Amino acid sequence: MAAVAARELRNGEVVFVGIGLPNLACNLARETHAPNLVLIYESGAVGAVPERLPVSIGDPALVTGSLMVCSMADVFQYFLQNGRIQVGLLGGAQIDRYGNINTTVVGDYAHPSVRLPGSGGAAEIAVHARRTVVISRLGRRVFPERVDFITSPGMRVKGRSRRELGMPGAGPTTVITDKAILEADPESGELVLAALYPGVAATEVAEGIGWPVRNRSQLKDVPPPTDRELHLLRQVLDPKRLYLKQ
Amino acid sequence: MREAIAAHVHDGDTVVIEGFTHLICFAAGHEIIRQGRRDLTLCRLTPDLIYDQMIAAGCARKLVFSWAGNPGAGSLHAFRRAAEGKGPSLELEEYSHFGMVARLSAGASRLPFWTMRNYMGTDLPAVNPAIRTVTCPYTGEVLATVPALNPDVTIVHAQRADEDGNAQIWGLLGVQKEAAFASGRVIVVVEELVDQSQIRADPNRTLIPGLIVDAVVVEPWGAHPSYAQGYYDRDNEFYISWEPISRDPAALSRYLDEFVYGVEDRKAYVKRCGGLDRLKASQRVCAGVNYGF
Repeated sequence: MAAVAARELRNGEVVFVGIGLPNLACNLARETHAPNLVLIYESGAVGAVPERLPVSIGDPALVTGSLMVCSMADVFQYFLQNGRIQVGLLGGAQIDRYGNINTTVVGDYAHPSVRLPGSGGAAEIAVHARRTVVISRLGRRVFPERVDFITSPGMRVKGRSRRELGMPGAGPTTVITDKAILEADPESGELVLAALYPGVAATEVAEGIGWPVRNRSQLKDVPPPTDRELHLLRQVLDPKRLYLKQ
Repeated sequence: MREAIAAHVHDGDTVVIEGFTHLICFAAGHEIIRQGRRDLTLCRLTPDLIYDQMIAAGCARKLVFSWAGNPGAGSLHAFRRAAEGKGPSLELEEYSHFGMVARLSAGASRLPFWTMRNYMGTDLPAVNPAIRTVTCPYTGEVLATVPALNPDVTIVHAQRADEDGNAQIWGLLGVQKEAAFASGRVIVVVEELVDQSQIRADPNRTLIPGLIVDAVVVEPWGAHPSYAQGYYDRDNEFYISWEPISRDPAALSRYLDEFVYGVEDRKAYVKRCGGLDRLKASQRVCAGVNYGF
């Protein structure tokens, strides 16, 4: 999943890096096909070149050797709201049919069954990044028809499009899962099955999604991770399995 | 520290201890717990372990925040128990990071609110009526607004300051500057007290000017288990160990007994932790610049 997400990033792009697996994906991309990826962390590190995998997005290794360290007011106003972020990477506890993401609560807001961390910078990344890439494992609880709470808006919110709502960015165009890649349909904004991992059947993907997911007319095959990608992920970037839990 | 907290942090106050991962003043949080402050409104973008501890210790009436987790390690379980109705009640007021930054920017500028192009599509305004909109008088665009946050007291940890509290910070800057200027009172806690000539030699590095500072506390290792760039690394092992500690209320209570109530001050805490020298920073000194004219 980290390797597939890394491939979504193009060399030279400006990426707003979130916590967890996105962090790993960005650092893998930088080690492989995208050495000129510009990593911006909401903590204020711009052009970070971490010598170790950052445990958090505020790791001191993000500062050492970076191009710039600025205040968080600068990050959100002058970089993100200014339109300088090309890709935002987001994860989520729940992702719905239109790519709306919930990282706030499972259940009712006032009486949640699980209280999640909340937005952090995700709500504004979802609004402003020119596109967002979402990373999450498949599962019916993770991909419900509707999320319990919209923390970060997707392609369509309660029937209204991003354009109608005045959001500058294109939204979650791609969702990377552990079995397949989903993409937002340009017309409807609905997430549809676009590509399958090796040995995965479309029916298997559909079982992990809480709405009747439609397939692209031509499903692509996702190439498996290369030996180099696996080596970098397991031996170099995350030997302690901070993010590679499986 | 004892005198600074006694003089400047009162029951019922709105308190900000800022620092984004970097320079989180655990020493001040622990002293507030030891002094038994109650009914505090605790504000921070990321409540982190320190507010989880203060919530568990019963200091907080309300939490104002934007991301309440233990990054890379798990949850803040004292916070979660309160939010999930399994612990003492805690009022929550929730924003996104941009919203919290904007609140402090308004507070620091002594404006009533701050505007952003944000919050369209999210459910946050539905659960937080303080997130509103304003129509731009120039373009007609509808923009999101958040109210100013002007805390009673802000506590900022810095690498160094002089006796007057002119505080220099390098590495991640977070929202400390905004929080300090927004605040009624400011406590600066430093790793090192330096002569004013050292501050004057590099004025661009001063983030908080002494003229807004009410108290200066010298407290080496005061940010542990968070970190101070150039002084010591983040104690990631402790952050990971917080998951099982905070998950079990009895274990959390034992932790507070041993490392907060059971020590007199920061020096005793450092001694009890033992072996913190393993976190000491390596040398990556920058060359400096010519301020001549």
